[in-house]
Amino acid sequence: MSVKMKNKSIISLKDISKDELMYLMKRAKEVKEGKYGNFLEGKIISSLFFEPSTRTRLSFHSAVKRAGGDIIGFASAGSSSTKKGESLGDTIKTVSGYCDLIVMRHHVEGAARRASDVTDLPIINAGDGANQHPTQTFLDIFTMLEKKENLDGLNIGLMGDLKYSRTIHSLLVALSFFGVRLYFISPEALAIPERYTDYLDDINVEYEVYKDFKECGKDLDFLYCTRIQKERFYDPVEYESVAGSYIIDKEGLSYLDEETYIMHPLPRVDEIAVEVDEDQRAIYFEQAHNGVPVRQALIGLLLGIIK
Amino acid sequence: MGKKKERPYKVFKIEKGTVIDHIPAPKGLLVLEVLGKKNDGIVSIGLNFDSQKVGKKDLIKFENKIIDKEETDKIALIAPEATINIIENGEVVEKRSIDVPQEITGFLNCLNPNCVVNRENLQPHFEVVEEGPVKLRCKYCERVWEVKYDMVENKRK
Ligand SMILES: [Zn+2]
Repeated sequence: MSVKMKNKSIISLKDISKDELMYLMKRAKEVKEGKYGNFLEGKIISSLFFEPSTRTRLSFHSAVKRAGGDIIGFASAGSSSTKKGESLGDTIKTVSGYCDLIVMRHHVEGAARRASDVTDLPIINAGDGANQHPTQTFLDIFTMLEKKENLDGLNIGLMGDLKYSRTIHSLLVALSFFGVRLYFISPEALAIPERYTDYLDDINVEYEVYKDFKECGKDLDFLYCTRIQKERFYDPVEYESVAGSYIIDKEGLSYLDEETYIMHPLPRVDEIAVEVDEDQRAIYFEQAHNGVPVRQALIGLLLGIIK
Repeated sequence: MGKKKERPYKVFKIEKGTVIDHIPAPKGLLVLEVLGKKNDGIVSIGLNFDSQKVGKKDLIKFENKIIDKEETDKIALIAPEATINIIENGEVVEKRSIDVPQEITGFLNCLNPNCVVNRENLQPHFEVVEEGPVKLRCKYCERVWEVKYDMVENKRK
């Protein structure tokens, strides 16, 4: 399989084919096994966080530094020239002279795509408002593949805020590359939007809909949880009445199979009780840590250092 | 119930120009908005005619104006069902075929206020992701829109 990702920008999940995704996963596994060493030595990566995000930023920084690269940039728009009224295009054109690749997060949707219009350097979108955050999806898939090797035929539960969660929408599209069956678990008010079920119908991906994970937990290979925000409900009483169905605690664990892995994009609030962390099915910290080799491999491929 | 009888109607007959017929009502005004009302002849518009083809239809005649490819594309996005006839010397000289274009830049604006197009005053750019009714995906924020009156740029100026 020959896959060329050199000089590509990764702005959206639709920028990557299944072949490319699988290629990235393979290389990320090798990176994690230590095959490439300090392959980013002599490279400078810009990390432009117009919108703050500590976790994503730290993960990228760790990825670059652990592979021997240098990283420059800013952690919030307040410390960038945007505050002085500079256009995004100008910021990107300027920064392009200082580095080999740009990682950026911005609260404006489409900002990363705009950035890729004005520079020849590869751009990695680390989040643009409610739109896309593709590397989160890559590390999610990587984590699943690490546990199951092949996703075909697996049953995957997606739980929580299925209406607004960017993470869920993006993961759903990536999972649709594989022969999985999806289980949507959410309160009615936060159900998966029709445009996604229409999409799944079009490509013949099977799915089921539940209001409580306890009804389908035993069938699942993975249960991917997201936070349900109180603010999404008009009526706080309604929130209180449904929230319990989406919280995993020790008791909730008994409704899952012995091998149902529990994932979460973090940060969590109370949707997974701390007591669950000790369970061998809880893999969300492992999942977060996988962000490092996955981002390393992606940077290596886009720079053409990893072939 | 028998077939609805089509009432005969007369809108200004033109010697030269463009007749856009079978625009599903009420899209006529939107088509007019998109093409612009400026013309060096009469522009006549008829709304809500009975039509066996599309139920209720609108119709626009531009005297002296022969619409170009770009304008044809604009009509294709809004009313792919429409028919376009080019008239010279009172006769139809061309039945313009309508093809929905794959991409469109310019005249339609993204309705997402948090889209970079609106934040940075960029040229909007859409890909057509579905035909009939046409759905457009903003190249930037990736939201998918059905073409609406609010998206037409002329209106905002
Ligand atoms: Zn947009």
